[in-house]
Amino acid sequence: MLCQHCKKRTATVHLTDLVKGQKRERHLCEECASQEGVAVQQHVSLNDVLNSFLMSQSNVQELAKIKCPQCGMSFVEFRSQGLLGCPNDYDVFDRALESVIERAQDGHTHHTGKAPGEVVRIDPVHQERLRLQRELREAVEKEDYELAAQLRDQLGELKSQ
Amino acid sequence: MTLDDLVHSSGEWLATGGPLNDVVISSRIRLARNLTAFHFLSKADPAERGDIERTLFEAISTSEFGRSTFYVDIDKSDALDRQFLVERHLISRQHAEGEGSRGVAVSATETLALMINEEDHLRIQVLRRGMNLDEAWNEMSQVETALESVVDFAYHRRYGYLTACPTNVGTGLRVSVMLHLPALKVTGEIEKVFRAAKEMRLAIRGLYGEGTDAVGDFFQVSNQVTLGQTEEDILSGFKDNVIPSVVKYEQETRRALRQDKLVALDDKVWRALGLLENARAISSEEALFLLSHLRMGVVLGRIKHIDLEAINELFMAAQSAHLQKRHGGKLDGEHRSIVRADFIRDRLGRARPSPN
Repeated sequence: MLCQHCKKRTATVHLTDLVKGQKRERHLCEECASQEGVAVQQHVSLNDVLNSFLMSQSNVQELAKIKCPQCGMSFVEFRSQGLLGCPNDYDVFDRALESVIERAQDGHTHHTGKAPGEVVRIDPVHQERLRLQRELREAVEKEDYELAAQLRDQLGELKSQ
Repeated sequence: MTLDDLVHSSGEWLATGGPLNDVVISSRIRLARNLTAFHFLSKADPAERGDIERTLFEAISTSEFGRSTFYVDIDKSDALDRQFLVERHLISRQHAEGEGSRGVAVSATETLALMINEEDHLRIQVLRRGMNLDEAWNEMSQVETALESVVDFAYHRRYGYLTACPTNVGTGLRVSVMLHLPALKVTGEIEKVFRAAKEMRLAIRGLYGEGTDAVGDFFQVSNQVTLGQTEEDILSGFKDNVIPSVVKYEQETRRALRQDKLVALDDKVWRALGLLENARAISSEEALFLLSHLRMGVVLGRIKHIDLEAINELFMAAQSAHLQKRHGGKLDGEHRSIVRADFIRDRLGRARPSPN
């Protein structure tokens, strides 16, 4: 289906509006949709990240020479397929990869989760208690004392369990 | 237990009940892991792929949780069986369409599936009905702990668990919650959800994950960031923030539709039922579209004689590979549409109380 606006590109954004009770369907390409101010849902494409990274690199030549001794993966090859060849690549491509990861992971560059052998268990009662405590604080801030009293009772019940 | 035993039921996780089930269909958790002693799959030759599959199969089948699983060799399965597993959400499309040694271990209840040699050596998936990430995580944690006691997963002091694609590195954790959002879709309010999701670095996808459209008003919300947040942070973002807000938004929009646009709503819902009860040939897309409207009618109490369970089951049972497995062999598109229409009429007929 062609974009209804430019009639050139393929329509990939499909909108359904209700205008005065009438359903209106529009089919637009991403460019026309964003010109109209419609936020197009975009997934972070690794390729985009990689391309923008490489454009910003002055030492592309240097980078092209690096190959992982364990799996033979080059950075250019990684760039074209988006997949690494072995765990060692994370060290071999070090700085180049750090920048890719930072962009793909919303600025994060360090793992903070569990390590092998660690066990993360979630206690539903504890979670529920945290939720009630938070809602209780909010209720008190909003001066909704009726709700606060209910929440306090629920917390009490939880503690006696 | 084999694949054919699954044909006449839907997975336990698709049954109704479960928290917030008027909007939340299912909660899914996935962990990506790779064995430390092997290349990632893009650099593994066929022999190494075979070794990876055997190592993981062994680790799974000797673990306690593994005893209740059965294994499907995807490389040796025919196209119909592979499609059947995709429709049941037990493997990804990528896994179905891939090449070389690969498989999936599935628990009898279908709440646990371990894909071997998909993009990573191992992808563990745990499913629960409704909004139930805590339970899903605790099962996941047991499975992962059991496996970590017998195999070494690639782990980096700085980047955490290593994955073939750096977008999964760190926790390797992907949380996906499947939502039914017909009211937000029909009013166009869904665009606001998309915008908010984008700001929060969440992805919204269709019924079958990556690269699929949101058919039948089903949307999967999942995290994109896997590094720099703890497992608990990621999970609580969904439980305490994202999902409750979207659910509330959908519920309020449904309420508003019922109040201000009752005739239009009823028209949509009853037309859907009329078509489903009378069509003699129906495509899978049209069936999903109409079932979605019907589901909205049932959860809003506009249709009372059909229960949610029957509809949830139809979403899966009316799909192509399911129809063909029940039929006992391949059907061309035209015959599938006819068999599908017959099947839906039959199920809805049974859901209807008899006239006397």
